[in-house]
Amino acid sequence: MQHAVLTTRQERSGGAVRGTQGVRAARGSQQARAVRFTGLGAAAIALTMLAGCATGAADSGADSGAAGQAGASGSNTVTLAVHSSFPNDAFAKAASAATGYDVEVVAAGDGGELTNKLVLTQGAPIADAFFGVDTMFASRLVERDVVEPYAPKQLPAGAAEFAIAAESAAGAGTGAGADASTAEGVQLIAETGMVPVDFGATCVNIDTGWFAEHDIAAPETYEDLVKPQYRDQTVLLDPTASSTGAAFLVGTVAAFGEDGYVDYWQALLDNGARIEQGWSDAYYGQFTQGGEGGTKPIVVSYASSPAFTVNEAGDAASTQALLGTCTRQAEYAGVLANAANPEGARAVVDYLVSNEFQRTIPDTMYMNPVDGAVELPAAWAQFAPEPTAQQAHDLSAAEIERGREGWLRTLGDEIGL
Amino acid sequence: MLSLVATGFLADGRIDLGGFGEVFGSARTWRVIGQTLTQAVLATITSLVLGLPAAYVLYRLKFRGRGIARALMTVPFVLPTVVVGVAFTALIGPGGPLAWTGLDRSLTVIVAAMTFFNVPVVARTVGTFWARLDDSTEAAARVLGAGKARAWVSTTLPALAPALASAASLVFLFSATSFAIVLVLGGRDFSNIETEIYRLTVQFLDLRGAAVLSLAQFAIVGAALAVSAWLRRSGERAVNIVREDAQGKRPTPGDIPALVIFAATLLLLHALPIVTLVVRSLQTASGEGSLTNYIALVNPPADSPLQGTVLDAAWLSIRIALAAALIAMVLGTLVSLVLSRRPTSPALKRGISLFDGLVMLPLGVSAVTLGFGLLITMHRPLGIGFDLRTSVVLIPIAQALVALPLVVRTMLPVLRGIDPELRYAAATLGAGPGAVLRAIDLPLIGRSAGLALGFAFAASLGEFGATSFLVRPGAQTLPVAIAELIGHQAPGSYGAGLAAAVVLAAITAAAMLLAERFRADQTGAF
Repeated sequence: MQHAVLTTRQERSGGAVRGTQGVRAARGSQQARAVRFTGLGAAAIALTMLAGCATGAADSGADSGAAGQAGASGSNTVTLAVHSSFPNDAFAKAASAATGYDVEVVAAGDGGELTNKLVLTQGAPIADAFFGVDTMFASRLVERDVVEPYAPKQLPAGAAEFAIAAESAAGAGTGAGADASTAEGVQLIAETGMVPVDFGATCVNIDTGWFAEHDIAAPETYEDLVKPQYRDQTVLLDPTASSTGAAFLVGTVAAFGEDGYVDYWQALLDNGARIEQGWSDAYYGQFTQGGEGGTKPIVVSYASSPAFTVNEAGDAASTQALLGTCTRQAEYAGVLANAANPEGARAVVDYLVSNEFQRTIPDTMYMNPVDGAVELPAAWAQFAPEPTAQQAHDLSAAEIERGREGWLRTLGDEIGL
Repeated sequence: MLSLVATGFLADGRIDLGGFGEVFGSARTWRVIGQTLTQAVLATITSLVLGLPAAYVLYRLKFRGRGIARALMTVPFVLPTVVVGVAFTALIGPGGPLAWTGLDRSLTVIVAAMTFFNVPVVARTVGTFWARLDDSTEAAARVLGAGKARAWVSTTLPALAPALASAASLVFLFSATSFAIVLVLGGRDFSNIETEIYRLTVQFLDLRGAAVLSLAQFAIVGAALAVSAWLRRSGERAVNIVREDAQGKRPTPGDIPALVIFAATLLLLHALPIVTLVVRSLQTASGEGSLTNYIALVNPPADSPLQGTVLDAAWLSIRIALAAALIAMVLGTLVSLVLSRRPTSPALKRGISLFDGLVMLPLGVSAVTLGFGLLITMHRPLGIGFDLRTSVVLIPIAQALVALPLVVRTMLPVLRGIDPELRYAAATLGAGPGAVLRAIDLPLIGRSAGLALGFAFAASLGEFGATSFLVRPGAQTLPVAIAELIGHQAPGSYGAGLAAAVVLAAITAAAMLLAERFRADQTGAF
């Protein structure tokens, strides 16, 4: 009988047993705790195991005194935040050797994602320096004071052309640096802290063989893509999802103006253009020369893409970039405001524009180094030339920052992107 | 998470609710919410309809190779969405063998892809419970003259209700928050809340709009959880739990319908895209059969976009997933034990169901929100003098959060199915709560714990969303590495990415096979 009472009471108080069972209950809960503890212990052990490969774990600031260069911050570690396709390990080794600092690299996503992470963590940055924010988002960092003003002393001559303006003053020189002198460019870099490291271009690519075979003249310009003979042949990238797609959008705004680009996009869609989310979905999934059985001979890709379609003999490429449909983007590096180790950050930025690193850019990142003295792979010059500043449809980073959201929203409202 | 939402509502230090009017005033928002609900509801229904026969065949019938079949069934669940998207597009996109169906860029294909991922979830959560369900009630009904279908509908189905409700809530959450699959297969026309939050945060840095949408997502998730909790509660009863070995029978002619549906699901929905993927991974870009892609995994070409080899990434993934699975298991066991109690006081009851909902939330929170939220909060959190944001430790924590609901949903039906009389009897015989736990609860959940562990491991291994939004130290996990390989220009990199996806699938299948063999079942028949 007593037991029956006990069980009901036990139930009511959620299992806490009172009275004569107290001792046993206490022992029971101890055992339960022991079970719990070993469980947590196992998890802790697992985490400790992991810490073995935690390259990014916070450094306790123990100075290994590699080169005695450590500045007032007292730390010898520098962290560089980069975009996803960056040679992290190789860079960390080479940069550590070159700068004397212990360089660590963390990946923080692509274009917009990297930029926003830097903006959101302004007060306590995730790194000391960054690399990989491109023209599309560069001004966002400048306007929100995320970057420490700094220009490397040994700036390659080609860098000035890609300097961006400090203020969103209309028409401030940038991008197509034809109208900005080198001295002005260097001045701008020093004011904004946005140091150009490499550049590339987004262009429409075509399958030359396909057009020869179908006996259709190959398209050459933006306007050609909306002509009836190219119906259902084009693959675009969603500018709200892909930075390459956004670059193509900027090109269309530069070519058709803020009051003409929507009509152009509408015409593209009316002409059967297919919009894919990412570059690989478009190039590999849909393009006839992507090697995956695609059916569309026109695709938005890069000026460098044809270099990857050169035949075995090395005398012909099966694709071609249309140099009249290009938009150039530079990728910037810089020192983050409030960095824990600003001296180290400056050393890493210096290394990014040094000839030693610039030489590796074409082979590791498929971009053009800003250092014009660097020799480019032979196939590039022959089959994948870059558009000149005059050919390219560029807008300044400031114009892009001012207009991008509006353009994307307008496209969203007008054509449902 | 909360901090991100808060950031969205604070303008110049004042609370600013103008975002609500702005966001809910636009037709686009309502279209997005409608799309989310439509896709998730359809995907939940199809996953349940196809998952139930799969659960029956895999967990109630005995046949050779059952263990392997069960393990393989988990593979679709962890395949990277990028890769599945590619496989589906290859099948039904322009030039694909199924292009004539005209399903490209349609709601049907999005729902099919969601079903592809979620049938394994249903099969597993319902199956582990079903395997231990005593079928003597059904047999009794048959003896009393009920037909096979009638007996099943009136006895077994109600007993399965809690597990079905659990599975349905998981599938709904997975579908309502899916991201890549919606974009890749549907494009912007089919935008759901998740893709919209991504668009607002990453493209526009519009935290206010994103916060409002996060709350809308929250509301939908909360409503879904409430419905599933209500279904569970109304269906929850103590059932006879028996040893699994005592169950299961050889297939008989009566099982043919279930077998046919299962086989069709397996062949048409799962095998087609996976075989497409495997075949392609064994070819060069020009279509000749070769092992080049697999050789590239071990010995990467000079222009590979990856650090180290794919094997390194796989090894790191395995270690991270193990840690995540252990964390999820420990937390999940504790949570399940708490949630399986049935207090009589209404306040405690409510508390428990609230807690239940809280555990499920990580699945209902968008990966973008979670990633950015962790970024804002993990700088020296709780006074710990350690910046977690760029630490590799954050990855298993995030993955454990995502795997936790799976663990709880796998274990809880079993725990709740334990007849309280058993516990009373033990208590009557003088066992304290600890002893009851040790003698009754733990042995009974032992077997499903093994499965839950495998499931958690698989889920962590394949987790891409939250991981890719965290700041990662140099080394990459396998799904992130796959996404990078596939999105790269270097010749052969795409094929290597597909080969890496096959490796990921193989590791998952192996892990699940181990979990299936893990028998901690020491219960006698009661």
